[in-house]
Amino acid sequence: MAPAFRDVCRQKSFIVTAEMGPPKGTDTSRLREIVHQIGSSVDAINVTDNQSAVMKVSSLAICRLILEAGGEPILQLTCRDRNRLALQSDLLAAWVLGIRNVLCLTGDHVRIGDHPQAKPVFDLDSVQLLQVVANLNQGRDLAGNALEGATDFFPGAVVTPGADPLGPQILKFRKKIAAGARFFQTQAIFDVDQLKSFLDRAQPNGVTILAGIVLLVSPRMGQFLNEKIPGVYVPERLIERLAEVPKEKRLAEGIRIAAELIRAIRDTGICQGVHIMAIGREEKVPEILRLAE
Amino acid sequence: MAEPERESFPNAARAFPAREGASGSDRLAGRPVVVAFACTYCAYTAADLAGAMRLSYPAEVRIVQVPCTGKIDICLLLDAFEHGADAVFVAGCNLGDCHFREGNVHAKKEVARCRRLLREVGLEPERLEFFHVPASAASLFADCAREMTKRACSLGPNPLRATPAGDLGKKLALPEDLPPAIPPQDLGKLKTDRANQQKGA
Amino acid sequence: MIVARRKPLAEIEAVVQDCTQVLVVGCGSCMAVCQAGGEKEVEILARQLRMRARLASRCQIVDEITLPRQCDPEFLRPLAALVDRYQALVSMACGAGVQLLAEQFAHRPVFPALDTLFLGVNEGPGTWGQRCLACGQCILHLTAGICPKTLCAKGLLNGPCGGTKHGKCEVNAEKTCAWAAIYNRLEKWGRLELIGRIWPPADWSVVDTPARHGTSLAEESAP
Repeated sequence: MAPAFRDVCRQKSFIVTAEMGPPKGTDTSRLREIVHQIGSSVDAINVTDNQSAVMKVSSLAICRLILEAGGEPILQLTCRDRNRLALQSDLLAAWVLGIRNVLCLTGDHVRIGDHPQAKPVFDLDSVQLLQVVANLNQGRDLAGNALEGATDFFPGAVVTPGADPLGPQILKFRKKIAAGARFFQTQAIFDVDQLKSFLDRAQPNGVTILAGIVLLVSPRMGQFLNEKIPGVYVPERLIERLAEVPKEKRLAEGIRIAAELIRAIRDTGICQGVHIMAIGREEKVPEILRLAE
Repeated sequence: MAEPERESFPNAARAFPAREGASGSDRLAGRPVVVAFACTYCAYTAADLAGAMRLSYPAEVRIVQVPCTGKIDICLLLDAFEHGADAVFVAGCNLGDCHFREGNVHAKKEVARCRRLLREVGLEPERLEFFHVPASAASLFADCAREMTKRACSLGPNPLRATPAGDLGKKLALPEDLPPAIPPQDLGKLKTDRANQQKGA
Repeated sequence: MIVARRKPLAEIEAVVQDCTQVLVVGCGSCMAVCQAGGEKEVEILARQLRMRARLASRCQIVDEITLPRQCDPEFLRPLAALVDRYQALVSMACGAGVQLLAEQFAHRPVFPALDTLFLGVNEGPGTWGQRCLACGQCILHLTAGICPKTLCAKGLLNGPCGGTKHGKCEVNAEKTCAWAAIYNRLEKWGRLELIGRIWPPADWSVVDTPARHGTSLAEESAP
């Protein structure tokens, strides 16, 4: 069994987490493979919750399967699809099933996903969800009722260092800490200086910050991130680096870029670790980490 | 008055049913009906000039003089089609030259809106058009008249000509059920001698 | 005011096509202002319906009438004398007016000619924008007069979300991010503390559906 993520955050000097998306369906065969491939290289694995408002099998179930396969899961929970009753209910279920870490998110809006006609819930936002977790940890639900058995979650949240405007993002970052967030995974960064200036302004105290690293695989992906994903800036020089290399060598170059970023973050020590998002290519994570040493 | 034109139009062989109760010369029976709304200061002057210059344009075009195309209401245009016009055009001043400043701008928008309404009903929007015709442009007016008559011929008769407009509905007045309006001299008073006023006033 | 949009003609025609006598009833209040269902729009719809009936070789008479508004029973009274002459009423009021009409004249079908959209304001010629959700818990004094429940696509109280991009919303890039706008205004006034605290979850029990507001005479006369 993997060591508890909460303990890792306390004890290790450089923490690594990775992310995987559940399947759109009931075929979980790939899941075990991934856990075996990357389980020993990373300290915990996030499972996304209907990411980009695209319907997938529930993160809760996949986290349980990861536990059974010997990994340490982080449950991602968004406010888009469930009201406060369902959210609390699912959190209690997660605890009962052995899940100990939860990442609280607001969630992408339904209109950008594959069920755009759905009714968005957003009964709570990410800050209020963190408060809910804090309440459950103290044996109370949101209405103040005592629970028959409390939780002891290790709660986390996200932050976007490259947000524009930045002021509101910092305000919200502080609210999340006040609401009980103990670790943060940032949105993808490609420029260590940008991360540093954010951290200088935000001044997180006593929380674990993991810098988000996305595996770039093509110039077009870089352009897509710049145009479509808020708060993410892929510098032109990185896009050019990928463009100059022949197609079959681009993945390797992208791995190299990710490794350089990780090394830079570890060497400057500006935060406590990294969160690697290798969407669809989770099996490359050990290679990235090896290169980064 | 100019001699009616006898050009042959494409599809002129398609019969235009004679309008019920149509008055006017027999030579016009079975011909398209085109209505032109022309503003006094520009287009109507041009039409007048066309007559003075003996320029010929189709006799099917009936001209309605309006003080300014800005006067044109969308229901006026719809009524023309309801009553069997095959094509309608609105001719106004050039932009910036409207005697009433922006009447032509308003008219142009109304024509655009009306075309959308016609499409919804199932009539071809091309049956309705807006032209800028300055006062001196007599031959331009004749061209517009010719163009719209040609369109009427190629699009065929307005399908509404097959049925009479008749008495298919009207605007109702609100029944006299509402209390009468308070006369100005009584506003603010708590008591009025309303019954006597109704008899006397 | 309430803002609505007229349904496509085909939709309206489809519901009344079997009626030989139809009355189109307009509303002289909000619906006239947003140019969806006032006297002018009644004139246009009636003409279009008459033309459609003739083109489809249907016998249909379409009359028109416009009331000051359709949300107060007093204004509907004059229709009582007329309703029996028609097989259906087509109401150009907002959803509330259509329903009151249907309540008052329960023996006649009342069809909506409009899709009611929102509570909003005029933003320029021919454009109206939503401003209010009627949530029953107005917080505009805390958010610099900008409503996050309406203008934030997710209705967040502790915003913004991670999707805000250059001050625009992730759902529609033309929409301003409500929280970016609130932050900017409060920052200018030096009153950021108004949004500095953590807002607790909204209380949706304040507005039941269907909601009701008002007191009875008995309650008002109580000492």
